[in-house]
Amino acid sequence: MTSAAATSDSAAERSLGRTFLVLWLAISAVATPLVAVFVGRLIPPGNGSEQATSQVFDNQVLMAVSTPIFVFVVLFIVFAAFAFSNRTGEVVEGAPLRGNMRIQVLWMVVTTATVLFMAVFGTIELVGDGAGGGQGPTAAFVPSGSKDALDVQVIGQQWEFTYRYPSAGGVETPRLELPANTLVRFHVTSLDAVHSFWAYELGVKADANPGTDNVVYVRTKGPLTIHVRCAELCGLWHGYMFDTGAVVPKAAFATWLQRQRTMYGPVMRYLPKYAPSYVPDPQLRAG
Amino acid sequence: MTTTARKLLGVGLGIAVAGVLIGLYIANYLVGNTPSFRATPVAAKQREVSLTIQTVAAVGPQLAPNHPDWVSYLVRRQNGSWERSTVYTVPANALVHVTIYNFDGASGLRNPFLGQPRGLVGREVVDGKPVTVMPPDQPSHTFAIPQLGVLVPVAPVGDDAKNQCGYAPCSMSMAHRTVTFTFRTGKKGHYRWQCFVPCAAGFEYGFGGAMQTVGYMDGYINVV
Repeated sequence: MTSAAATSDSAAERSLGRTFLVLWLAISAVATPLVAVFVGRLIPPGNGSEQATSQVFDNQVLMAVSTPIFVFVVLFIVFAAFAFSNRTGEVVEGAPLRGNMRIQVLWMVVTTATVLFMAVFGTIELVGDGAGGGQGPTAAFVPSGSKDALDVQVIGQQWEFTYRYPSAGGVETPRLELPANTLVRFHVTSLDAVHSFWAYELGVKADANPGTDNVVYVRTKGPLTIHVRCAELCGLWHGYMFDTGAVVPKAAFATWLQRQRTMYGPVMRYLPKYAPSYVPDPQLRAG
Repeated sequence: MTTTARKLLGVGLGIAVAGVLIGLYIANYLVGNTPSFRATPVAAKQREVSLTIQTVAAVGPQLAPNHPDWVSYLVRRQNGSWERSTVYTVPANALVHVTIYNFDGASGLRNPFLGQPRGLVGREVVDGKPVTVMPPDQPSHTFAIPQLGVLVPVAPVGDDAKNQCGYAPCSMSMAHRTVTFTFRTGKKGHYRWQCFVPCAAGFEYGFGGAMQTVGYMDGYINVV
């Protein structure tokens, strides 16, 4: 190859590179805000609690970060198919591959910065309030106002969740109801197998392990219906282990709780004293 | 068609057939070993049916040759015979009057909360006496339809009762408790029912075997 031909090829490559760069930047500049704003907010769980809203925001940020990467990959495939296709059908040797230190360094800097940004961002989001996840018996990420949080115990058993309210004498109910605009501290546990308490609209998911108090913080917003599901394969009726609950105005919650105390008053004398978890003795046949 | 295409087609068909067979096996495991039973209409009453069932400590070789020692529910057919079925068909928006003859002893609940009947029309009645709550060490079984909010603890036969039934079929002259209650079905749907007492001996927490198999201590309520 002559020197003139090599110079010509190099100029053509730079031209292609510039074209690709301009296309990528232009498409990314348009697509990123559109995807982040309109697609990102459609990703679950919605805005049923502050933690859920925060998760939606996290999803929007992740979408914003990943959109240029996605555009880069797809655009490069399409661009290469057109720019580097051999239209003559002639079998020729491909262009020589050469290293480019500037591109390599840029690549490492950009990918490292992206990953570090996501690690720092995710950590900050988690540290704030626990992000609706189970934190084990001793929560490390506690939101402000936690000393006034409403304690609600979630008891998983094959195959139903029941709920205890220690602030109401430890009354137990088969339905989850919560007051609006309140910080709630769930204590998730199990009496038998491993379950997972997934309160979808609240953005809460926490494993229910026997003998363990798995603490979750969530701050409710306005009234809404909650769908609760078990998210851990726990036996024959795992797929049926779901129910609905509600976030209601504070006055309605107080009335409801009082009604539960009346309704389930007879069984309260047989309930064990409220505790972070229970390990029931084997009964007569079981164990 | 090329050889490669034929091979790919063969592999694809093989995977599809295997998937269908696995699906059929799972479906058969879940519902296939127990026939469906239609509840008996109550004479001269609109939208009221009755269901008479019994619980036995061991189902016996006659009704379950594969698992004769498993605890089980049985249902009474109109001709008076007992059948091992736990799939019941009842009408929508109707009253279902249930009678349970329990021939089994106490097992006890892991969660005492499940000792209080709920979701019923009227009261649970045991041997003619209404029940408000049952102590946690008492229930022999429960009959529960969580999606309908129905839960009924079943009173046990005493340990010292005479003429106890070893395995089904049990005669009505043998020691038993009679539990009656009524619940209202809602809209049409496919609901599951289960026992909440860990009554399956020899398994982790008493929730294996008969408790994990439709046709013994679990089943479906088809509301039609």
